[in-house]
Amino acid sequence: MGLSAYLTVSILLFTLGVICIISRRNVLYVLMGIEMILNASSINFAAFNRFNGGGLEGRMFVIFIIILAAAEAAVALAIVLNVFHLFHSVKPSEADLLRE
Amino acid sequence: MSNTHLQRAFYTLLALATLAAMARGLAVAGAQGLLFHGFAALTLGGAAMCIWERSVVRSAFSLMATFVGVAGLFLLLGNDFLAMAQILIYVGGVLALLLFGVMLTPPDLDERSLPRIGGATALLGAGVAFIISKVVGVGVRTWAVAPKLPEPTTRARDIGMAFLHPEQYVVAFELAAFLLTVALVAAVYIARRRRVDFQGETASSEGQA
Amino acid sequence: MPDTSHLFTSLPTWQWQLLLAVPLIPLVGYVIQIFWGKHLPRQGDWLLTAGMGVVMCITVYMFFIARGHSSGEGYFIAESLRDGFGWDWLHRARPQAEGLSLPTGLMYDGLGAAMLAVVGVVSFFVHLFSTGYMKGDRRYHIFFANISLFTFAMLGLVLSDNILFLFIFWELMGLMSYLLIGHFSQDPTSHRIRQAAAACKKAFMTTRVGDTCLLFGMAMFYFLLPEHFNELVEQGKIHADKIGGTFNFTLLWQRASMVVEANGGAYPIWMTTAGLFIFGGTVGKSAQFPLHIWLPDAMEGPTPVSAMIHAATMVAAGVFLLGRTFPLMSPTVLAVVAAVGGFTALFAATIGCTVFDIKGVLAYSTISQLGFMVASIGCGALGLVAGLFHMVTHAFFKSCLFLSAGSVIHGCHHEQDMRKMGGLRKKMPITFACMLICSLSISGMPLFAGFYSKDRIIAAAFGGLSLNFNGGTFAATVFLPLAACLTTFYMFRLIFMTFFGEPRDHHVDEHAHESPWNMTVAISVLATLGLFGGYFWLMHPTSPLGAHGTWFTEMVDWRTMYPGVDLTRTNLAGMAASVPHAAAHGGSALHEAGAAAEHLAHFYHGFNPHVTAMIASLAVLLIGIALAVQMYLRRKWNPAKVTGALGEGYVWVANKYYIDEAVQATVIRGTIGLAAIQRWIDENIVDGLVLTVGRIGKALGFFSAWFDKHVVDGLVNLVGGLTQAFGSIARLFQSGRIQQYVSFAVAGGILVAAFHLLT
Repeated sequence: MGLSAYLTVSILLFTLGVICIISRRNVLYVLMGIEMILNASSINFAAFNRFNGGGLEGRMFVIFIIILAAAEAAVALAIVLNVFHLFHSVKPSEADLLRE
Repeated sequence: MSNTHLQRAFYTLLALATLAAMARGLAVAGAQGLLFHGFAALTLGGAAMCIWERSVVRSAFSLMATFVGVAGLFLLLGNDFLAMAQILIYVGGVLALLLFGVMLTPPDLDERSLPRIGGATALLGAGVAFIISKVVGVGVRTWAVAPKLPEPTTRARDIGMAFLHPEQYVVAFELAAFLLTVALVAAVYIARRRRVDFQGETASSEGQA
Repeated sequence: MPDTSHLFTSLPTWQWQLLLAVPLIPLVGYVIQIFWGKHLPRQGDWLLTAGMGVVMCITVYMFFIARGHSSGEGYFIAESLRDGFGWDWLHRARPQAEGLSLPTGLMYDGLGAAMLAVVGVVSFFVHLFSTGYMKGDRRYHIFFANISLFTFAMLGLVLSDNILFLFIFWELMGLMSYLLIGHFSQDPTSHRIRQAAAACKKAFMTTRVGDTCLLFGMAMFYFLLPEHFNELVEQGKIHADKIGGTFNFTLLWQRASMVVEANGGAYPIWMTTAGLFIFGGTVGKSAQFPLHIWLPDAMEGPTPVSAMIHAATMVAAGVFLLGRTFPLMSPTVLAVVAAVGGFTALFAATIGCTVFDIKGVLAYSTISQLGFMVASIGCGALGLVAGLFHMVTHAFFKSCLFLSAGSVIHGCHHEQDMRKMGGLRKKMPITFACMLICSLSISGMPLFAGFYSKDRIIAAAFGGLSLNFNGGTFAATVFLPLAACLTTFYMFRLIFMTFFGEPRDHHVDEHAHESPWNMTVAISVLATLGLFGGYFWLMHPTSPLGAHGTWFTEMVDWRTMYPGVDLTRTNLAGMAASVPHAAAHGGSALHEAGAAAEHLAHFYHGFNPHVTAMIASLAVLLIGIALAVQMYLRRKWNPAKVTGALGEGYVWVANKYYIDEAVQATVIRGTIGLAAIQRWIDENIVDGLVLTVGRIGKALGFFSAWFDKHVVDGLVNLVGGLTQAFGSIARLFQSGRIQQYVSFAVAGGILVAAFHLLT
């Protein structure tokens, strides 16, 4: 399978991630969408790494993305708990203090 | 159509699409094509289910399919180390955290089964479809691709050496370790129950200028 | 590209490791302190102070090594990357292109050595002083942690060999400055919570303006320099390979000067713009005229912070930046630099004469002295050395002045108003002696450290004026001696009001006492450096008044500071057009530069600005002291009458020329006003338009219904619907809902991608 096949999967996964973020009414779905987007970019890096002749750079980026995702999940979970504490709801549409 | 019917129709459609994709892959590129389409279908199907599903727990579990599918794609790309790391960290770590999140927040009972596919989402989809057609059609041909694909290296040792080599990634590696530590401490700090600050402390300070 | 590698000194690896340890020790100390500081005995202050002691020893030791290297062959500059000691950020396994890689190492040269030693010594004594001054503070351990991290940033800034890392440490210093100024804003028992919070916010926001300028300047040099360079290579004007962008200082100097030389000594316009942007960074950090407003407010922080950050180190970083980027500055930029610096020096000095807060006087004095340094650098190459020189001496005596003021404040139970002090010299003899020494030094009393640097600055201004007459050097020549006169006046005003005369407030006087040993030791050592610094490394042992062959001038010399760059052909092209092309003589780069410099020095000697400058600075010193004695010691001229005679002018100065009010009225009010106008437009015009159009349409439709129901109604509905849709779209953007913002962002991304793919 060529580069374009992997890129297509990556783009589709990215789109699904964005749809997940903007269409569901629960903060946890925002987290899941972010994970999908990060995975999509990982696929991109891995695919370019492979089709540009191997080497370590792309892999390193994927590994750091995975590290970042782990850190992000921990912090985001804490934020979700705090949002729930503050607004008594996990709907992202209710946490709209940015409007003020 | 009731919700159950919709649900059934959705899953049938998903399964049919998967089968069709795998069959096409088998016809075009043999066993590798079959595997690729299988993993791609797992990835995208998992993501679609995650969006579709009514209950958060089910969504989280269907996300597992996505993670495993991406790991499979890494395998096909010759990166077995990444595949292992993906499964270990995402399925073992991130997913577990998400489930904790599900357990610690109350279920939202009036959540609709169907996500709100509004005009904006449709527009986004159209834009992405446009970009796919462009990327697949025109873009890739102009990008540099190595003439001969190298043998995939399967040695985690290389990655480990690169991490600790003083001229390669050791600084980034240490920074990543630091970042993880800070993130964990910060997560604990943010999530803890907050006392009211300065309550009950008696004033004894004089140091001000 | 000419090979300049023989100009670089090679240091052994263990010395590089020592230098690397210099910033790392405070960093490790910070980590320990922030996590466990509260539970350590004495809240961990001994740990950090001891660490700073080690740092001080290393920096002084390395200073002597640098001194040993520079006395011999002239050039002393060492880059750790050349000795194989460094890192590659964003490492690329296949180095096909220079594009992304960012090799990073340490740089150690004469200027860096002097600055590093100054920062090491001052930080140690400030730490020592703080153990006494901050005693009993509620956030004692946090204070030590923050000041330690600040020291890390400052030492890293001095050692970094590229402008990107300099910028990173620069920003880190800004953050630590913010946290330390706002130290008391977190203390619920402090009665100045609001002031401290406002001050730290103001400092952060104001310096941010300068930092953004610096970022622009950096980016311009990174992107435009290789572009221009490669263009000249293609035209055959430069015989070298094509290059990519770089942040490395030595590469920037050499490449920029090659570009300028290929242009026949003229700076391209973009370089002038970029140089002005970089100077913007200095204006913000070193509190120069339009952005100086944050420094006086920053005195809300604890006094050791004022001594270290806002007198000796962080504000000097702006001047240090000018020293590091001097070859990139075109004559136009230098003229602006001189004008801004000279104006700031005089302007701040006038305000300093009217303030009654003891720390406020010192704050305005700092701004004024920074103006001296900046103006001096704007006056050309000799002024560059003089300005950097003043940066070093100023660090000692100004930190000592601040710490002495802190000692006074501590002794008087946190009273800062000089009108309530008086007669303290008997109660606080050590503090008095230290403050007197440093005041003499800052006033430029001969044989004190400040004399050598200030005299040299005024000489450089005179020389710059005679070589290159422009607005900047003219401003510097006129303003600097006046500012020096006022410096003497306000310093002795402070001394007389605080330490002489009768006690004016009995409550304060009763409590006044000398400070504990750790504070007096710190100020005494710094005062000694402020006094003997002059003999120690600024003056030649055999000719006390001579200007040649001193330690500092051998280590920091404009001919050898920038290897591979001949300033006489670039920065000074306009100033020394008559300098013959020394290349004809052949020989080494040093010799070449030396020949050109000889010529320049000849020119100076013909005019000899040193004698003029010395006479001028002595005259202004005497005038200043005499004024202060008349007004505040002998009380011959009543200050109230003098201020009355000055009339409206005094009111202007005493209110700091209403700059804060002007900023409040223009920038801050302006922003708020703009927002209000937008809101008004949104509420009245847009909404009103929608409603009016809708109403008009409706009315029209109603009246014309009988005439042509279908056509007109349809039209009206269309117009009304369109306008309403417009209004609701405009409203959509302000929902505050994250999901909507995400969709906007993604839509924007898709548009950009589509644009790229289509074109």
